Amino acid sequence: MSFANIRREDASRAVIVHAILLTYTLVALYPIFLVVINAFKTRKGIFRDPMGLPNAETFSLEGFTKVLAKSNFELFFYNSFTVTIVTIVIVLLLAAMAAWALSEYKFPGNTALALYLAIGIMVPIRLGSVSILNLIVDMGLVNTLTALVLVYVAQGLPLAIFILTEFMHQIPKDLKEAARCDGVGEFKIFFAIILPLIRPAVATVAVFTMIPIWNDLWFPLILAPGDGKQTITLGVQQFIGQYVTDWNAVLASLSLAIIPILILYLIFSRQLIRGLTSGAVK
Amino acid sequence: MAHSGPMTDWRKAKLPVIAFLAPATIIYTLFMIYPLLDSIRLSFYATPSGGEAVFVGLDNYRTILADPDWSATFWNSFWNNMKFFAVHMLIQNPIGIALAGILSLPQLRFRNTYRTMMIMPTMLSVVIVGFIWQLILSPVWGVGADLLDIVGLKSLFGPWLGKEGSALITLSFISVWQWVGIPLMLIYAALLAIPDDLVDAAIVDGATHFEVFIHIKLPLVLPTVAMVSILTFVGNFNAFDLIYAVKGALAGPNFSTDIMGTLFYRTFFGYQLQLGDPHLGATVASLMFLIILAGVLFYLFAIQRRLARYQL
Repeated sequence: MSFANIRREDASRAVIVHAILLTYTLVALYPIFLVVINAFKTRKGIFRDPMGLPNAETFSLEGFTKVLAKSNFELFFYNSFTVTIVTIVIVLLLAAMAAWALSEYKFPGNTALALYLAIGIMVPIRLGSVSILNLIVDMGLVNTLTALVLVYVAQGLPLAIFILTEFMHQIPKDLKEAARCDGVGEFKIFFAIILPLIRPAVATVAVFTMIPIWNDLWFPLILAPGDGKQTITLGVQQFIGQYVTDWNAVLASLSLAIIPILILYLIFSRQLIRGLTSGAVK
Repeated sequence: MAHSGPMTDWRKAKLPVIAFLAPATIIYTLFMIYPLLDSIRLSFYATPSGGEAVFVGLDNYRTILADPDWSATFWNSFWNNMKFFAVHMLIQNPIGIALAGILSLPQLRFRNTYRTMMIMPTMLSVVIVGFIWQLILSPVWGVGADLLDIVGLKSLFGPWLGKEGSALITLSFISVWQWVGIPLMLIYAALLAIPDDLVDAAIVDGATHFEVFIHIKLPLVLPTVAMVSILTFVGNFNAFDLIYAVKGALAGPNFSTDIMGTLFYRTFFGYQLQLGDPHLGATVASLMFLIILAGVLFYLFAIQRRLARYQL
């Protein structure tokens, strides 16, 4: 077979490969795109030309105006941000501490404790909801963001501890030994030397902790369904339930929920993938 | 990766070790392990006519599994959940594996862009995804019919989400659309870990990339495929948000989209004329726990062990 033939074969194979990938990319993105473009149209525009981009005639922000007037989206965003950020900070700190102790110190029951802390990776915390609600009621924390943070910290810890323990095994021994020889205390070794070193793993842990919390409907619905403590996911769900026939408002509220996550995702996607594939040392 | 165990004897640092472990262990125990165990305990109690809770043994389980009203609802939601899971295993995971295989081809251009775009739906809230598809499939808007028209299949369009025969399968496909990113990401990462020389040797011997994928790469990532399967199982038997967002707690039409998660919610909180019952709710949750536990144990003992041996 001549070189020209091989090259032609390569080219046609590349066309097929890219055709498949482009088709699936379109399948994944077009529904999202469709909702976002129609959020910027008049009612007429939405129904007469659903697939067209908004133009001079059909462009309108009435959906957004309605959503912002009839619902408290700024507050829902604030609630979601607060819960997510506070949870991530606590999970990262507590998980890093526990992972450090598990990977560094020899003590009786080390393996058993590591296994105990890993149960939560496989068993969904939702199954304990009846009892969690009792607990939150007893603590007087119904309809508070604190209730959500406590449950989400418990939910996020197992996977975070697991990932960080794996990561900490890779920290070079010399580093710790040098510090110990200089008489640095155990607390200081962790906070001054180890904690800064885990930065590469932080992005992965943060994304895996953040996405399920930001998107959760179950616990906001059960623990904090009212009193202006709704998260954005619950807020959108309640808003759409109320204005289901108002297409402008529904499309606008969906876009408001989608756009911030997409922007965050585009910023962090590289770190997320790098974290996932970091075990892949060639 | 094999690594040595912990190095430092804790007796030199008892206080720090306890201080490092205590906060995480306490929160995790109080808000995760205790509620799971307490839910199981609650499933053995009942509160007849609003009085004190009394121990009733397995009565609640008897009610859910054998009472004519309850058992039909329970088994309906169980089998619906199995169908939901089957669609994910037969459609979502093969698509994810195939896309990961294509993305890991050598010298592919725009690899990172494709990957970023394809995973995007996975990042969105299940609730938002449910509403997006509800709008697109709505006969009132008609976009779904227009889109099918492009590929010449307009005649197939119908109010799929509203019909008893098609609602569950449609919701399963919506869920597949969202979650393809998980097998895609995990299997792609596993494929990248395969050493180049293994693949290069086969290519030099004249194997096509497709043959290399089927005979060399896929067997090597089977442990990851098994892990994806068990994650799918746990996720599916714990699902709730999508059905609740699109169909409400009643999982209509006529309970045709009812799965374990929606049954748990209705039992716990009640709906329409039926009052909620925390003890029956805890019973449904415990049954879900048993189902998930059976799946996880099957994975650990029947699948993972065999695969680990195969790898050697």
